Amino acid sequence: MRGQYKLLSGRVLVIGAGGLGCPVLQYLAAAGVGIIGIADHDNVSLTNLHRQVLYTMEDIGKPKAPAAAERLRALNPEVQYKVFNQAVTPASIIHIIKEFDIVVDGTDNFATRYLVNDACVLMNKPLVFGAISRFEGQVAVFNVPSGLDGSCIHYRDLFPNPPKDGEVLNCADSGVLGVLPGIIGCFMANEVIKLLSGLGRPLSGSLLTYNALTNDSMQWQLQKHPESDRLVPFTVAALQQKDYAWECGLPSAGVEIDAVIFEAMLKEGNVELIDVRELDETPELKAWAHQKIPLGPLMKDGGTFYAEHVVFICQSGKRSITAANWGNNKYADKQFYSLRGGVETLKVGGDTNL
Amino acid sequence: MEVIFFGQLADIAGSPACRVEEVQDTGMLKAKLENMFPGLGSVNYMLAVNRKMVQENVPLSGNETIALMPPFSGG
Repeated sequence: MRGQYKLLSGRVLVIGAGGLGCPVLQYLAAAGVGIIGIADHDNVSLTNLHRQVLYTMEDIGKPKAPAAAERLRALNPEVQYKVFNQAVTPASIIHIIKEFDIVVDGTDNFATRYLVNDACVLMNKPLVFGAISRFEGQVAVFNVPSGLDGSCIHYRDLFPNPPKDGEVLNCADSGVLGVLPGIIGCFMANEVIKLLSGLGRPLSGSLLTYNALTNDSMQWQLQKHPESDRLVPFTVAALQQKDYAWECGLPSAGVEIDAVIFEAMLKEGNVELIDVRELDETPELKAWAHQKIPLGPLMKDGGTFYAEHVVFICQSGKRSITAANWGNNKYADKQFYSLRGGVETLKVGGDTNL
Repeated sequence: MEVIFFGQLADIAGSPACRVEEVQDTGMLKAKLENMFPGLGSVNYMLAVNRKMVQENVPLSGNETIALMPPFSGG
């Protein structure tokens, strides 16, 4: 009963109401956590439903944060839900997290993960971290004292700097086994409940890894990295100035275009399309004439571009961003773009674009 | 000693595990692995010896299990 009271007085913010966020939210609401914050700026799409189990066909096109709150309210109306239907940015994050006791990172990109980590270090908030890649997952609890020296481990102790050229890793994430984020999300919810109730031993100072194909799981003992604390901005003002997207090789404004803009560019002429996926990746792109140059060879050997405007496309729109940033740095006389969402986005609108 | 690769590192190495012999410390091991699998040199990963993360160069006896873990971003 005392544990239940501790949950009731808990305030937990879940950033990202996607594959990881959905199960975390479901179990925290069911457990009766007093105040649950839900931060997400995305809309529900058909391709989310196999793993983002809070949403139904009727939610397609609706913003996730309010849709999740509505579903959770039906599950447990006693909980107070705070909806942040907005992107978590360097400018907004401090304001959002300050009214919560625990932050849960269920985001899907490195830029936001490093931002959330740094903000939690600065504000001294326990952070329950989870991440997945195809068939494998990672879980950890950051900013909670661990070990003999009572040091606080955080994400930058594991990986001091975001991967700059790791965008290929991101793209592989697009194919995720639906049940894996459910498993990892349940591990995360369990850590939140342990932290709030004081039960058991939280995963602070350790990283839990799980492989859904082999059922292998491992607990790694972590250690402080000598540089990690110096890489976190020292003040709130410094954090608000930091360009996390740029550090992670994401586009500065204007590099990404959508299919409608691309069609308009085609009509104007002087534009060409290059598919930077590996040669054996499917589905085949049939809608538009294009060259095929996989990202690796492209960045190694360069390419021959005949048009002034060059648009890159890949499976989910991440490798193509790497290609566009690379092109814009290398060729001053041409303009490079990335087709947002890649081939996967075209699929959503029916097969006519493929 | 056995070296286990996690996530995308298994794709770079072409298998989830391999054996490496005749290395005296983790620095030599990393150099050898990056020589065997050139893609490893350009990606982020953390290294653990017997499930314990190490950052500095530590000596190896040959009986350890080494694991290489990349960051995951998916959610």
